[in-house]
Amino acid sequence: MRRRFGARTLPRGVNFALAAAAIALAIVFPLFFPPGSGWVDDMTIALAYVVMGLGLNVVVGYAGLLDLGYVAFFAIGAYTTGWFMSGFYGDVNVHVFVSEFTKALPGIHLNFLLVVVIAAALCAVAGIIIGLPTLRLRGDYIAIVTLAFGEIIRVFAIEGNEITIAGNAKLTAGRQGITPIDKIDLPFLDQFTSLNLRPWYWTALGLVLVVLFVNIRLRDSRLGRAWIALREDEVAAASMGIPLVKTKLMAYGVGAAFGGMSGAFLGSFLNTVNADQFAFGFSIFILAMIILGGLGSVWGVVIGSLALSLINTRLIPDVLNDVPSSLGLDFNLVDVNYGIFGFLLVLMMVLRPEGLLPERRRQIELHEGTPGDEALVEVTHA
Amino acid sequence: MAILEVRDIHTYYGNIQALKGVTLEVEEGEIVTLIGSNGAGKSTTLRSISGLTPPREGSIVFRGQDIAFMPPQEIVRLGILQSPEGRHCFQRMTVRENLELGAYLRRDRQVAEDMERVFDLFPRLKERERQKAGTMSGGEQQMLAIGRALMGRPRLLLLDEPSMGIAPILVERIYETIAEINRQGTTILLVEQNANYALGVSHRGYVLETGTVALADASDRLRENPDVQRAYLGA
Repeated sequence: MRRRFGARTLPRGVNFALAAAAIALAIVFPLFFPPGSGWVDDMTIALAYVVMGLGLNVVVGYAGLLDLGYVAFFAIGAYTTGWFMSGFYGDVNVHVFVSEFTKALPGIHLNFLLVVVIAAALCAVAGIIIGLPTLRLRGDYIAIVTLAFGEIIRVFAIEGNEITIAGNAKLTAGRQGITPIDKIDLPFLDQFTSLNLRPWYWTALGLVLVVLFVNIRLRDSRLGRAWIALREDEVAAASMGIPLVKTKLMAYGVGAAFGGMSGAFLGSFLNTVNADQFAFGFSIFILAMIILGGLGSVWGVVIGSLALSLINTRLIPDVLNDVPSSLGLDFNLVDVNYGIFGFLLVLMMVLRPEGLLPERRRQIELHEGTPGDEALVEVTHA
Repeated sequence: MAILEVRDIHTYYGNIQALKGVTLEVEEGEIVTLIGSNGAGKSTTLRSISGLTPPREGSIVFRGQDIAFMPPQEIVRLGILQSPEGRHCFQRMTVRENLELGAYLRRDRQVAEDMERVFDLFPRLKERERQKAGTMSGGEQQMLAIGRALMGRPRLLLLDEPSMGIAPILVERIYETIAEINRQGTTILLVEQNANYALGVSHRGYVLETGTVALADASDRLRENPDVQRAYLGA
């Protein structure tokens, strides 16, 4: 009998029932609120962040490659909707599977499902490209290269209104932003509007379920075992014949593809793709989510992403924002939200460094300690 | 015919040259040992063969095929597996999970059989099947590292310092098992600082000094050699 890697200690049946109950609850959630409610709005964004968290979890949690430039894939995903779901390229008229209303608009208008696939593919390629220069690096150095990559993409986004492709078509609209973006249009769901947020919510939930499923399947696959082996000990992994280059690039590619899917969704949901959305802080925000939940643990990442997103959109601006003024201090709590996330991370590191719902193996690392690893494997064969 | 022929390999770490033209051969069914002091290039020779630190010049021919510039996974696929220096067990994985990863590239159905064989060779591993590798003693981890390499069905097994940092009583047991693995038909290339044990179990030996082969002979003759005795056997 083979036991699966990373399996939890709870019996399978209990696990399954818990997951089914959580999913059922998630499906009916928006029915308890008015269609345009702020709660549905916040939860929709939170679910999109769960998708990002699950993507980054593949890179950082499974494969152990510290990626600080994940915002790049949010950007590329969002620009995919900007390019293919708006009137930005008004000189051409391309319409594929869109509503009657959208068909009358100039520009490139593809159905959201196509755009998600394109975004995932573009991001996977971008992820592999960023992966290549990091192959010979470790730990902190990978973080530096990926951080720089995130910044490069941001600068491209800002300066993109000066870059023209194919005649006079611009790459981006810079800080002004590409807006409006087409609303998603899917069969079986009501019309997606800003007054009825339920279809948005269910679409985000659908993305979460797809990505969650893929994440779990990957973790238990050969590739997943290779990622974990690589994270645990690169020399040993190479000695066992695990192809380091391919395994690392797959982690970057898969993680980036999930980020792109979420980015594409957020582009349409936020109705704008604006260079200022893609700041470095966003990468840290997503990283904080998965650290809070538990690196490498799928359910931990879900909980952590939901928690931090709701703290950001709900707890800080609505519930706690008056706290400073009631103490006689003159600032908005919203302005120091990153300080609060930082404080939460410090608190977590002191109290529960393995995260809220830790992966079994990482818990061992943090509580029993393991000897440090040495000796680099030379990766000269691509 | 030799199963492995290493011809004049030069291997570098960055700009530092660690091997300055090493040439050696391993015949099918042999145990061959490399002895030498720290920094002589013993481990580098093994890392060159396994592809972890490929040589810059020279050739390494394994069963008629030049593997000098192949990536490690291709070399493992051809049947060269190594127990790396410092053991490198997956610390937070159980003994069983470690062994399963040893068979990572295999797709045949005899993996379970081979695991039983490893447990027969190292009964201690069977007792600790569900224990985390990191919680075991150095000797047990060495057994695991060798067992893990065996899970890849090696035609040539590379062992890097199996006695390093291990209690003497366990070293003896590990060397008995190495001899047994060889009797069962596996060719072994062994690197060792503890020349006594290594020359005791092996058929032939090479003495490495500053990146080149200084001496090559049958193991029993090397043991009699006064220079070798003075330098490596503490006589």
